[in-house]
Parts: sequence; structure tokens; C-alpha cells
Amino acid sequence: MFTVLFDQGSDGRMYGVWLLSGLGWTLSLAFFGWWLAFAIGLVVGIGRTVENRTIAILSRVYVEVFRNIPVLVQMFLWYFVVPELLPASLGTWIKQMPPPWGAFFPALVCLSFYTAARVAEQVRAGLEALPAGQREAAAALGLTERRTYWLVLVPQALRLIVPSLTSEVMGIYKNTSVALTIGLLELTAEARQISEETFQTFAAFGAATIIYLMLALAAYQLMSWIDERARIPGTAPPARRKSLRLLARRLPEGASP
Amino acid sequence: MNMHLPTPRLAGPAQAEPAIVLEGVTKFYGGFRALNHVDLEVARGETVIICGPSGSGKSTLIRCLNRIETHDRGRIVVNGHELTDALKDIAAVRREVGMVFQSFNLFPHLTILENCMLAPVQARGISRREARETAMHFLSKVRIPDQAGKYPGQLSGGQQQRVAIARALCMRPQVMLFDEPTSALDPEMVKEVLDTMVGLAGEGMTMVCVTHEMGFAREVADRVVFMDKGAVVEQDTPERFFSAPASERAREFLRQVIH
Ligand SMILES: Nc1ncnc2c1ncn2[C@@H]1O[C@H](COP(=O)(O)OP(=O)(O)OP(=O)(O)O)[C@@H](O)[C@H]1O
Ligand SMILES: [Mg+2]
Repeated sequence: MFTVLFDQGSDGRMYGVWLLSGLGWTLSLAFFGWWLAFAIGLVVGIGRTVENRTIAILSRVYVEVFRNIPVLVQMFLWYFVVPELLPASLGTWIKQMPPPWGAFFPALVCLSFYTAARVAEQVRAGLEALPAGQREAAAALGLTERRTYWLVLVPQALRLIVPSLTSEVMGIYKNTSVALTIGLLELTAEARQISEETFQTFAAFGAATIIYLMLALAAYQLMSWIDERARIPGTAPPARRKSLRLLARRLPEGASP
Repeated sequence: MNMHLPTPRLAGPAQAEPAIVLEGVTKFYGGFRALNHVDLEVARGETVIICGPSGSGKSTLIRCLNRIETHDRGRIVVNGHELTDALKDIAAVRREVGMVFQSFNLFPHLTILENCMLAPVQARGISRREARETAMHFLSKVRIPDQAGKYPGQLSGGQQQRVAIARALCMRPQVMLFDEPTSALDPEMVKEVLDTMVGLAGEGMTMVCVTHEMGFAREVADRVVFMDKGAVVEQDTPERFFSAPASERAREFLRQVIH
């Protein structure tokens, strides 16, 4: 059924190569988007829990704005609207970027800003789940707020939220398909082009689906492994099954969910 | 000496000056008065035991001493630093005041040794080598040097609390605060922690300790402070407090803790 993948497409390359090229864009977008999202989300998530009111409010605004606008709308905003709002020269420069990049960068910004808002909420939840005594003990030892976060709170919070960060990794990976709406030839877009050229809709999207699933599984395994590795010795008794282990909530003693 | 003069930070604590001074300290949680005009002085080298019924404000008081809680009225001077909103570097004051909590509050993601080295290196700027030596010194003193490489979750409660004491001592504090350090422990582990504290008091550490361990109070206290409803009701030497408490509320309290 997938023999169509070995047929030659209109540009002389095999359809399978089309899919792989789409996969390349999907993965680049997901990979770079994720690390940007993680970095921004970490900062914003911390920002939501600090004493400084201004920082806390700004972080809150960030989260509410980027989390509550549909990804598709955000994609259009970054692609069509933002270049118009920028100074003319910069806007023109953006609009004249050569084909894949002209869509790739807006998509990257869109997905990472959106995912960052979600990561920020996870980071905040992780920080708030830590017992108040951790912050107090660090303060009592004379650590500044900044060092308290960096050395005591964040390392623990991140360990707690590995399972929910896994969902966010999956999320950005799946949301890359929205980039087809602004013309990025990622995996879904390539599948659609194959189906349009060959009318083999089932084969084209079937192959794309399998690729999505396999990679999701790989990402899930990777995160389970990270979760395993990051576990603090002497905390949770290992759950019996591996899948349960990832889902098991491992809060330090005295933590409230 | 006139205690109403704000002590300049740079002057450093003179030996004759009390380690801790509280004058008319009042604290509210919303409309609830948790501390009601508390006056208290702790001399250098003194061991003061604070006791009183649940909810009497003991934890609130001790947490105000390193400004983990802020007081609303009155003055608190610790080690020559007045604790006010204007105080720029509260972290610097806290470095001179060690605190031990009921729930240990060790950092679970760090080994015992790392727990003891973290603040000396990160807050005091001491070299890792020196911090390690200091940490091992105090871990030996609380008699668990062999656990240095383990994580807190791998230790018993009594061991964890002794690490918490060692961790605080690694900052070389002038004053140690204890808030019910043995209340979360199984009975068989209480003694090992109390023994550590007895040793500390014997070395002349200034200590303020909230505890219901009246035998321990009798043994180490220079003074027992009895609190009720956010106020200091009476304070006396342990001999007099335990044999002839002045107030009816203290007599009632003692009847309950020393059945
Ligand atoms: N964060 C808070 N918010 C509101 N009320 C509080 C808070 N912390 C303490 N209180 C109240 O202040 C009073 C004094 O509390 P505190 O913890 O100081 O008592 P305590 O003497 O240490 O009691 P215990 O022996 O039970 O530890 C209590 O009535 C308590 O309910
Ligand atoms: Mg208490």
C-alpha cells in the first residue's frame, strides 16, 4: 500500500523523500521550539512565584495572553500581522526571507511562545508543590532569593514536572503541523501534497501518521529515561511498572499537590 | 547602654550586648494577634527554652527572629542588627543565625555533604575545600560523618535532624534557633538529637529553643519562657519555673506536659 512512496514526484524526487524532508522541518521546529519554550517558560514560571509584584504580574500577563489565544490565530498573527507592525525596513526584510525560512521563523516564534506559556504553568505548579520549608530553610541559611531558586527550588520543581513536561514536548511536536497554514512544508503539508498529486490519500496520511506515532513513542521513552535518571535517591519507592513510574506523582515529604 | 539607639551594622556585636532583644513585639495574621507586646532579651551564650500551649505563638516568635515572619510593631535586634523593612541585607543577618525546623527541611536533591556545603559556598563565599572540611567537622560532631554521601531520604528522622543541626552550624552562626526539633521524631530518636543540643549548649552557643521536652529544658536551660495567647506570661530559671510556676496558666500547662 505504501509503494507510492517509492514513486517519483513532480520534482523528480521520490514521495518518500518528500515525507522525510517534511519530517526534517517538523523535527527542527519541534526541537528548537522546545528549547526556546523551555527557557522562556522556566523564566516566566519562576516569575509567577517571586515576591516582586511587577515581575509576577508581567509573568501572569504573558501566560494568559499566549495560552489563551488559539495556536492557529497566533500563527497568523506572527506571519501576517507582526511584520506589518514592525518598522517598514524590518518588516520588508522579514517578508522577503527566502521560502522555507520566511515561514519557519514565524512558526518557531509562535510555537515556542505558546508552549512557553504552558511550560511556565507547569514550572509554577512544580514550585508551588514544594513544601514551604524548603524556601524557609534556604532563606534561614542566608541564601538570596535568586540563589534559593537556582540551587534549591528549581532543581526540585523540574524533577517533579518531568511527566507534565513530557506532555508539553508531545504538544509542541504535534502543533508543528499548524505551520502548514503559513506554508511551511513540514510533515503534514508534504503528506497533503503527495495525496494531491497521487490521489493516494490513505497511503500519504497513513505514512505520516505512523511517523508521528513512532516519534512520539521515542520522545516518550526518552522522557521516561530522563525521569528515571533525575529521580532523587531515597525519595520514591520505585513503582512496579515502568509506565506507572512516569505517571507516579513523586512529591517530597510534606508537599501538597 | 541605651537599647533604643539603632545599632549601626558596621559596628559589629559587642560582647556585652545581648544577642537578641525584643521590645513590644506585636504581630498580626490578618486580624488575629499572634504576638502581643513581647519583651525578651537573650544574653550571649544563654540557652532560652520557650514553651507554652499549642497556638500560643512560639513558632511565630522564633520565626520573627530571623525575619522569616515580619513583625508589625515593636523592635527586634539580633546580633546588633535591627530587623526592619529598611534593613538592606537580611540575608547577611540570617547567615549569623542558624535555624533548625521541626520538619528538618533538608534539601532532598543534595547529598548530606552538599546540604552542609551549599550555604557556606554560595552565601558566604568560602572555598569548596574549606567548606568540605567544615562540613565533615560538624558531621563528625553530630556523629554521622559516614553518611556524608547519602541523600536525606536515605536517613532516619533522627539522623536527618542531626544533619540539619550540622548544616546550620557550618555557617558558624552566633545564635541558633530551634523550633520543636524533636516533635516530628519517633521517640527512640529524640535522645540522639537532644544530646547534640546539650553538647551545643555546653559549648556556650546562644540558643533559643521551642520544645516540649521538659527534661531537656531542666537540664540545659538558663531560662524558661512561658508563652500563652501570643504573650510572654512568665520567665524564670528552670528550677523555679518547674517547681513553683507563678501563673495559673503555667501550672495548668505543666500538669498537661508532665502528666
Ligand atoms: N501563616 C499564618 N496565617 C494565619 N495564622 C497563623 C499563621 N501562622 C500561625 N498562625 C496562627 O497564629 C497562632 C500562633 O501560631 P504558632 O504557630 O506561632 O503557635 P505555636 O505556639 O508554635 O503552636 P504549636 O505548639 O502548635 O506549634 C495560631 O493561632 C495560628 O493559628
Ligand atoms: Mg509551633
